[in-house]
Amino acid sequence: MATALKINGKQHQVDLPEDVPLLWVLRDEVGLTGTKFGCGVAACGACTVHIDGEAVRSCQVSLSDVWGDVTTIEGIGTPDALATIQQAWVDHQVAQCGYCQSGQIMQAAALLAENPAPTDADIDEAMQGNLCRCGTYPRIRAAIHDAASKLKEA
Amino acid sequence: MASVGKILRRTFLIGSAAIVGGVAFGGYYVTRPAANPLKPGEGEAALNPFVLIDQNGVTLFAPRAEMGQGVKTTWAALIAEELDVDLDQITVLHGPAAQAYYNTAMMGEGLPNKGYDISNFQHNLGQALGVIGKVVSLQVTGGSTSMKDGFERMREAGASARETLKQAAADRLGVDRDQLQTTSGHVIAPNGDKIAYTDLAEDVAKLEPIEAPLRDPSEWRYLGQTQPRLDMVGKVTGTAEFAIDVRLPGMKFASARMNPKLGGAMNGFDDSHVKSMPGVEKIVDLGNGVAVIATNTWLANQAVEAINVDWGDAPYPPETDAIFAKIAEAFEDKPNSTMRDDGNVSTLPEGASEISAEYTVPYLAHATMEPMTAAALYSGNKLEFWGGNQAPTFMQTKIASAANLDSDAVEVHTTYLGGGFGRRGEFDFGVIATKIAMAMPNTPVLTTWSREEDMRHDFYRPGAIARMRGAIKDGQAVLIDGQVASQSCTHQAVSRITGFAGGGPDKVLVEGIFNQPYAVPNYRISGHIADLDIPVGFWRSVGNSHNGFFHETFMDELAHAAGRDPLEFRLELMKGEHAPSAGCLEAVKEMSGWTGQTPDGVGRGVAFTYSFGTPVAQVIEVVDEDGSIRINKAWIACDMGLALDPDNVKAQMFGGMMYGLSAACFGEITFAEGEVEQFNFPDYDSVRMHTAPQVEVRVLETNRHMGGAGEPGTPPSMPALGNALFDLTGKRARSLPLINQFDLLI
Repeated sequence: MATALKINGKQHQVDLPEDVPLLWVLRDEVGLTGTKFGCGVAACGACTVHIDGEAVRSCQVSLSDVWGDVTTIEGIGTPDALATIQQAWVDHQVAQCGYCQSGQIMQAAALLAENPAPTDADIDEAMQGNLCRCGTYPRIRAAIHDAASKLKEA
Repeated sequence: MASVGKILRRTFLIGSAAIVGGVAFGGYYVTRPAANPLKPGEGEAALNPFVLIDQNGVTLFAPRAEMGQGVKTTWAALIAEELDVDLDQITVLHGPAAQAYYNTAMMGEGLPNKGYDISNFQHNLGQALGVIGKVVSLQVTGGSTSMKDGFERMREAGASARETLKQAAADRLGVDRDQLQTTSGHVIAPNGDKIAYTDLAEDVAKLEPIEAPLRDPSEWRYLGQTQPRLDMVGKVTGTAEFAIDVRLPGMKFASARMNPKLGGAMNGFDDSHVKSMPGVEKIVDLGNGVAVIATNTWLANQAVEAINVDWGDAPYPPETDAIFAKIAEAFEDKPNSTMRDDGNVSTLPEGASEISAEYTVPYLAHATMEPMTAAALYSGNKLEFWGGNQAPTFMQTKIASAANLDSDAVEVHTTYLGGGFGRRGEFDFGVIATKIAMAMPNTPVLTTWSREEDMRHDFYRPGAIARMRGAIKDGQAVLIDGQVASQSCTHQAVSRITGFAGGGPDKVLVEGIFNQPYAVPNYRISGHIADLDIPVGFWRSVGNSHNGFFHETFMDELAHAAGRDPLEFRLELMKGEHAPSAGCLEAVKEMSGWTGQTPDGVGRGVAFTYSFGTPVAQVIEVVDEDGSIRINKAWIACDMGLALDPDNVKAQMFGGMMYGLSAACFGEITFAEGEVEQFNFPDYDSVRMHTAPQVEVRVLETNRHMGGAGEPGTPPSMPALGNALFDLTGKRARSLPLINQFDLLI
């Protein structure tokens, strides 16, 4: 039986077993490949998306358990129309291999939505589930602070 | 100094067959131009293998793997600098696997010199050896070589393309070429009229390329300046395509399981209950493993995990302790190399006191964020392949052989790499993806490894042991006698690439310990190869990754035994030996406000490693917070000789350091019953946002030759942290990872 999902504002009917994780629904069924697979056990954060604005690990949410509207990295901005937080990532030249950055940005976006002026300690707390093997953490931190101040001005 | 003949008779890096064979070929093969892999269509001009122009625009080719090091941007900047195009107005592609894209710098690294002390003659010899890279189609991204490799050739490619475009414009306008100027993708006529390069595509395709001299660095507008990375927007919007993101019409998704007893056989499997699992389309017998092709990666993985497999035993001792006992046995054999043997280490200088220590480091996984992944489409007489790979020509050969095809029938598309660190220079994941796709001809199949499969089937950084003996006299080191034992990744890699056993002195096993710029009068370093069949490979900074720890921890022990400040102790030995190296130490001293004293609850350590032509010094500060130790700050100074993109160099330096700190704190691959005991990130953690230090990087440019950036940040991080912990706790870390001995913040 098909399951209805709202992803980035668009309705989708998905015909997959109900225990398939949202991550693999997005990537292999819907074709939204911006959300990445890193570990499958909620230990790296590469698959972070928003459900009703909350940052969740999409590898841990079964299709039948998706409780609200899903937003992925493709839903917050595009190459021609970057979100403020994405622009901050560009301004600080954060990404190296870039594979984890979709998850980093989605996690940081949820942090800023909840806490418009995070301290370093707040960033440590919110971002510690997101692994980056290239070690881009100093620039992620700088980009979050920068995005916070730009969002405040806006 | 060894004669050229002697050097060539020895065997380095990839063995005597390639070296001697290459030189013998020399005259003919090396000077013959490699075929241009770009096949221009109607109205297109491929001015050389790196520049393609058509009516729609200018495309530059950067045939090096973009794995986060920014190579795509800086490589394109080298061409654009001479071609006079704007980086934001052009397209940059990786291009096909091709001989024309060989790496000239990598072979030179195999020469038996220390690096920092080489003469211009030896430098040129290294460049001459680079032509062998062409003979063996060494299209490899690794060894921190891309900028050394591309620096001359890419500017020449740009200059030649520019002058040839000017010639086409000169012919059209009926003027001399030297009356024309170029700017922003246009030729400028004497009267100020502009002709776009794209309008000249058809004409220029008919001309022979013109050679042109290179511009003086004072005229550069891109090189030496930080450029916005061309891959950045794609990587922050989820639109950059990694291998795992390749999507083709009708694509199926696969998951594979290979023997966790690495190299062991598969005795049989029972898949009777798996065929009816949801989404399953095909079960594939890989001979030494199994795979499932399904409609969804997760369904494929669920199914492949459900297959009952009878695995044969591994060809190495099944437990970690027995493996390390085997490594230690190598000390009893004659050394494989003695790359440094200065003075006399057999006799203790009169009045000197002797110190000795043994150090051990574990096997390590690469743990790239994107697990091994590749897509393949097999259609009987042709194979198309998509993967993130550091060695496309070798990958092409290997997957062609797996598919029983000629290399010409195999097209390799290189995507972005979700981390490389050396892991994606291997072919195993490509061969597996190919075999799986062959089970479903005419259907594209994407094979994604689970994290567990990835972590447990790596080509690991080998575990290593060092036995160090030294002596101090009057506050100075007067003797260092070190022995290192580990498996040889070089010999294994040669055997995997060529099918022949690798041999000869393995410089890589002792790099980072035999070639450090310290003027110690009695100094000997020998390497011992442990005979083990655990798969090992090149891990960011390779031999330097263990030897940096060995050498610099021992240096710290010597300094403390001598009652000296460990930074001043090093500086004194380095000043007369290599000024740029000493300059790095002086820089971190100043940046960190190093006094040799730290308050209670704070510890600082210093370390230095010269690797890949780049000296790097690091100071790391740790703090005790209620019994939990946090890495608080780090200062890095490197001397690049010439930094083509300073901000990118900084990113590589702190990134390299973080990679090293992750290993130093948490990294350990162990074995039980022949299987790797670590499965996923909870068993093999990294530094994270809250455990990574604040960092400051200074990029110096006094060295005579350009150095590499991607790897040299890694080696000194581990000893610098260990030395900081000693300063804080008085406990000396002689083995890694540190989490086994210290209460680190996790």
